[in-house]
Amino acid sequence: MAVVAASGRGHAAAAWRTTLRDRPIIPLIGLLALLVLAIEAADFGIVTPEWAGVIVRASIPLAILAGCQTLTMLTGGIDLSVASVASMAGFVTATLVNSPGGVAQGIVVVLVAAALVGLVNGVGVGVFRVHPLITTLGMSFVVDGLANVWQLQTVQTGAGVPPVLRTMGSGIVGDVVPYSLVVFVPLAAAIMLGLRRTGYGRLLFAIGDNPVAARLSGVRSWQVLVVLYVISALMAAIAGLLISGLTNTASVTLVDTSLLPSVAAAVIGGTSIFGGRGGFGGTMVGALILTVLSALITVLGMPEPTNQVVFGSIIVIVAAAYTRVTSES
Amino acid sequence: MTALAVTTRRHNPDLAEWARRDSWTIGLMVLLALLLGFTKLIQPNYGAFGIQGLGISIMPLAFAAVAQAIVVIAGGIDLSIGSMMALTSVVAATQMEGQSGTFGVAVVAGVLLLGIALGALNGALVVATRVPDIIVTLATSFVWAGLALLVTAAPGGAAAPWLMSLTTGAFLSDWLPKAAIVLVVIVAAIWIPLSRSRLGVSLYAVGSDQLAAFRSGVAIGRTKVIAYAIAGLFGGLAGLSLTASTGIGTPVPGPYTLQSVAAVVLGGVSLAGGRGGVFGPLVAVIVLQLIQNDTTFLGIDPNYALVVQGVILVGVLILGSLLESRRAG
Repeated sequence: MAVVAASGRGHAAAAWRTTLRDRPIIPLIGLLALLVLAIEAADFGIVTPEWAGVIVRASIPLAILAGCQTLTMLTGGIDLSVASVASMAGFVTATLVNSPGGVAQGIVVVLVAAALVGLVNGVGVGVFRVHPLITTLGMSFVVDGLANVWQLQTVQTGAGVPPVLRTMGSGIVGDVVPYSLVVFVPLAAAIMLGLRRTGYGRLLFAIGDNPVAARLSGVRSWQVLVVLYVISALMAAIAGLLISGLTNTASVTLVDTSLLPSVAAAVIGGTSIFGGRGGFGGTMVGALILTVLSALITVLGMPEPTNQVVFGSIIVIVAAAYTRVTSES
Repeated sequence: MTALAVTTRRHNPDLAEWARRDSWTIGLMVLLALLLGFTKLIQPNYGAFGIQGLGISIMPLAFAAVAQAIVVIAGGIDLSIGSMMALTSVVAATQMEGQSGTFGVAVVAGVLLLGIALGALNGALVVATRVPDIIVTLATSFVWAGLALLVTAAPGGAAAPWLMSLTTGAFLSDWLPKAAIVLVVIVAAIWIPLSRSRLGVSLYAVGSDQLAAFRSGVAIGRTKVIAYAIAGLFGGLAGLSLTASTGIGTPVPGPYTLQSVAAVVLGGVSLAGGRGGVFGPLVAVIVLQLIQNDTTFLGIDPNYALVVQGVILVGVLILGSLLESRRAG
């Protein structure tokens, strides 16, 4: 009897582990709830619907950038050019405000530029098989350099973040619902449906899971990858526009500090950096976790350097705990 | 073990075999020679003085690239090198300020030990948590950068005079910059015995196939921790050379992390691990620095140097992959 009970308990534990492994979003939401409780404990009464709105607004651009990492990581890649593309997008749009076509022209220009960057990334990774880390890193140098050159040439025109972007990036309806959800909800829905319901989404998983098997099954990997990196660059540009609106800043280095958090959010969200496993749901929670974490550190009144130390330590701890909970063995 | 030693050793009597195996480094040397010729062409006065300047300016990145190469050969990646350099550099500069030269020697020893400790911590975290290297070192890069800011919020401190004189000027001939001699002597003194030792073979074994290495009796965890610790030592040396060449310590990390990854890949080390050496990356560092010098001399906007760097990085690798596929095909 005792043996049966014990094995039953073992069974339950195993089942619990399996659930956690298959649904990594459950422990993540638990962690998010814990962090919210912690911030409430640290500063009683801070957690209100308005606060939640501010947190969501801050985490939306990060979630989009982390989405770029999620999609590329599913194929075993990574996109280190997202920060440069995002900064470029915000900056160039701001410099084109006074152009004949106005904001719309600026947005079209940066989306085309971003698509070109993504195209080069995709060709480098997909056709020439250069490591994604290196291809996208090289492209980030190129984009940074060109953005700086552009900055020197337009320094006289007096750049300003266009009001429509300010509204889109920082506006909050009724003090609770951020405007940027208008962009984010369709985008997130498209990503999640795309990954789960379309053939293209399955190809991403297939290439990441086993590139050889994918090739032998007749997948033209290079086409999939070229499209993927273009999508990633376009998403990065959109995130950049939102960030420049949110911070009311146009700078060629604006988004640089979000590059590493974007990778961290995707990994904390349960996407494997080796490909084939993950999804956007976890990534969104990962972005929320990192945003709440920064807020918590600010509430605790730590100076900026300590802030960085704590932030880094917590990323290791969360990733370690997460790996332990969801590991195969 | 013997079989492994045979496959990873580069000392093959067969010259053709050597040319085939080291074709990448040879190609890189040709690129370097062309660049030197080009430099002489555009700057007819380029001579001993230019070489001395080159010697000093490559030092920090050269040590960083060696550090990165060792970790990458062992199958990891260290994204915390730039922050580690900032931390070791400010510790050295603040401790040496106003102290005697002899105390400076103790500081140098202490800083190198600090580097080893930081690296070993990276390695221990990677091994203990089983979180991907890229995430662990990404997180610790925040930690080291935060600690550097805690040591000193603003650039400051001083370098011991002997340390600065160790890296400026020339030795014996005007054409032999002291900095380059120090660099080569230190790297050779550590790398040559290491690469010929059992440990060196283990590094390659772990990097090329972890499972095979494990089954051949290589202690995976220990090897990884040691690889990161040695990288930490070189990170400390890179930090010290920053202090030596600028005379102060700067708490904000430079662009060294990503540039070290770029130099390593350009230097023929496979990001998949287990292939390459430290010689290629050193040549790559000189190539990158010469490009920067030439663009400056030609009066080209320094931002284009960044673009050129990115284009060369991706372009050379695309070329390499084309040559590779032709040879295979």
